[in-house]
Amino acid sequence: MQEFIDIALTVNGEPVSRRVEARQHLVDFLRNELGLTGSHLGCEHGVCGACTVRVDGAVVRGCLMLAVQADGADVWTVEGLSDSGGIADLQEAFIARNALQCGYCTPGMLLTAAEMLEAGRRMTRTEIRAFLSGNFCRCTGYHAIVDAIGTVMERRFGG
Amino acid sequence: MKAPRFSYVRPESLERVLELLAEHGDEARILAGGQSLMPTLNMRLSEPRLLIDINRIDALKGISLEDGTVRVGALARHAELLDSPLVAEHLPLIAAAMPHVAHVAVRNRGTFGGSIALADPAAELPACAVALDAAFVLASLRGRRTVPARSFFHGLYETELAEDELLVEARIPALAAGYRSSFLEFARRHGDFALAGICCHARIDGAVLSDVRLACFGSEDRPRFAGAASAAAEGRAWSGEVKEAVKAALGGDLDPIGNFHASAATRLHLARVLAGRALDRMAAAG
Repeated sequence: MQEFIDIALTVNGEPVSRRVEARQHLVDFLRNELGLTGSHLGCEHGVCGACTVRVDGAVVRGCLMLAVQADGADVWTVEGLSDSGGIADLQEAFIARNALQCGYCTPGMLLTAAEMLEAGRRMTRTEIRAFLSGNFCRCTGYHAIVDAIGTVMERRFGG
Repeated sequence: MKAPRFSYVRPESLERVLELLAEHGDEARILAGGQSLMPTLNMRLSEPRLLIDINRIDALKGISLEDGTVRVGALARHAELLDSPLVAEHLPLIAAAMPHVAHVAVRNRGTFGGSIALADPAAELPACAVALDAAFVLASLRGRRTVPARSFFHGLYETELAEDELLVEARIPALAAGYRSSFLEFARRHGDFALAGICCHARIDGAVLSDVRLACFGSEDRPRFAGAASAAAEGRAWSGEVKEAVKAALGGDLDPIGNFHASAATRLHLARVLAGRALDRMAAAG
């Protein structure tokens, strides 16, 4: 029973060890301790999706998971996914379709979209919207974002 | 906002969890998926002294079928339930409800046991458990007991769980021959908490319904078994007349709570419409 705990995890493929405060959530850890500011904090209570990160292969709300719970986990943020080149086509489609204005929601959108693409098949617009329903955008609305994801599905998985 | 200070412990065994609960009682909170607990911490609506993280206790995991009963471990994640072929085949009501439970990232973390133990009145799983006559296994150092879903939910976030007890698993009767389920809810945005929702489970022979179990959620302070509405359909062939009887009887079962999301009258109206449609679908499915 401690307020400070030693953790070791992998972030964007790199091993990381730190002593963290029990109350610190994962995104504060990524932003403040590791300087990975691509994951954003919007509402900080699990509604907006700006803090979406990938933990052990699945997207989670980074504000609803404690850093200490990521002990031993494999964590990926938008920085890592971006550097890996694995979502380059998705990022290009977002730009081409004007799927962002201020960009605050974009890292979360990309992480969620990346998980959608892992299903390995085209989805209907309704399915894409349902999958994205936990990520808020307050600038463009969702039309352009759905367009961008649909475009990548078409390119990757055929017409 | 940021969570208040607390201590954290990640026990390796169920026994240790129960010891910690016995020792710390109300000062401690169980951390399962954290999808409801963490927001209350971040907003400082709760300030526990200790979080007991149960995420690595294997005894609480998994979904399995044993002698016509599906055992759902408290730590089964919503995403697991959604993707489980076993749930799709043997608990079609829950399979139908899962796409409505929150959003992808929340389903990847949120747990079955967490949803039941929290007892949010607008949550889908507690009402499914009521309609399916599930039973919950509660453990403490004093021993284990099994509580039927219908008597587990006491009110707004209030349950049968004592301070030193942990919800270990649910035992849910698998779909029996001749039975069908139907699930519908109305929410403003996909994945949001429902303004009204209905779970139906019944035996259907030709068009005749029996062992009818309707449960409503999102209307009152807890999931409600709609006894009068269920009785109105019992032993009768599904028809427009029976549908009207069910909808009328629902007025006696439910006393919805209105708020700025929807008035009491709107919620009752929605529950009636949903019940009619859900039973229509169930009758048509054969």
